[in-house]
Amino acid sequence: MKSNKIALYGLFIALAFIFSYIEFLLPIPFPVPGIKLGLANLVIIIALYGIGVKESFVLSMVRILLVGFTFRDPSTLIFSFAGGILSWLTMVGFMKLRLFSMVGISIIGGIAHNIGQIIVAIIYVNNTSLIYYLPLLMIAGVVSGTLIGILGATIIKRLNKFLNL
Amino acid sequence: MKKNDFYLIGALLLIIALSFLAIQISRKDKVKEGSRVLVTINGEEDKSFYLNEDTTYKILHENGEWNTLEIKDGYVRMVDASCPDKLCVKHREIHDDNESITCLPNRVVLRVIGGQKSELDGIAN
Repeated sequence: MKSNKIALYGLFIALAFIFSYIEFLLPIPFPVPGIKLGLANLVIIIALYGIGVKESFVLSMVRILLVGFTFRDPSTLIFSFAGGILSWLTMVGFMKLRLFSMVGISIIGGIAHNIGQIIVAIIYVNNTSLIYYLPLLMIAGVVSGTLIGILGATIIKRLNKFLNL
Repeated sequence: MKKNDFYLIGALLLIIALSFLAIQISRKDKVKEGSRVLVTINGEEDKSFYLNEDTTYKILHENGEWNTLEIKDGYVRMVDASCPDKLCVKHREIHDDNESITCLPNRVVLRVIGGQKSELDGIAN
């Protein structure tokens, strides 16, 4: 792997990690465990557009692993992975369709992340009433997805020259 | 931002609104036949109300204190009370069998009888 790539990986992973930490510091707005605003998705989506599809997947998985062991209980990892994988799949899928801009992709990614988490949570506690959390989460997902998408688009425009690998 | 993004946001907000509606409707249907809330003042049964009828009832005590309960969508809660700590008001609405809301200063207990069984094993109250 080229040294630029290694350095970029390090940088992005660190950034995603810090953003997760910031989220961790904020008071929990929802009663559902592991629910987050998705600030780290900013880094993931910039990697997705700026570096590459495979790279953003690695970035996402490593970030989830690190955060799961550092700030949270490792037993919540399965929820985060489910959310992260579903989120990445939907983002890449819709990106290829070229229907939406970065904002739309960001929203889709955020919502998919929530859905992934809730589905696994429902299977885990064997109680479908958890699905009632979804509408609330989706509102947060739409809002944060939009903001992150706008922010990401702005950043990518300026970063493009530096990210050519 | 593209036009499609706005469509996406619009569609999602619509789905969210519809889900809230669906949840509200399903809550109303979940009231078990004949479930009531029993109002006990100072240990004595005072009145009972059926949970499937939306009601608001103000209990006036002899010493001038009061509690107002409200039954809505199959749930009962304490809307307001004259007690100083208002813990009864802060309590979340109840509707499962044997759940209760208590106002200690005014010695009022609202208890659900004949309600549907709770999905939880036990409730620390």
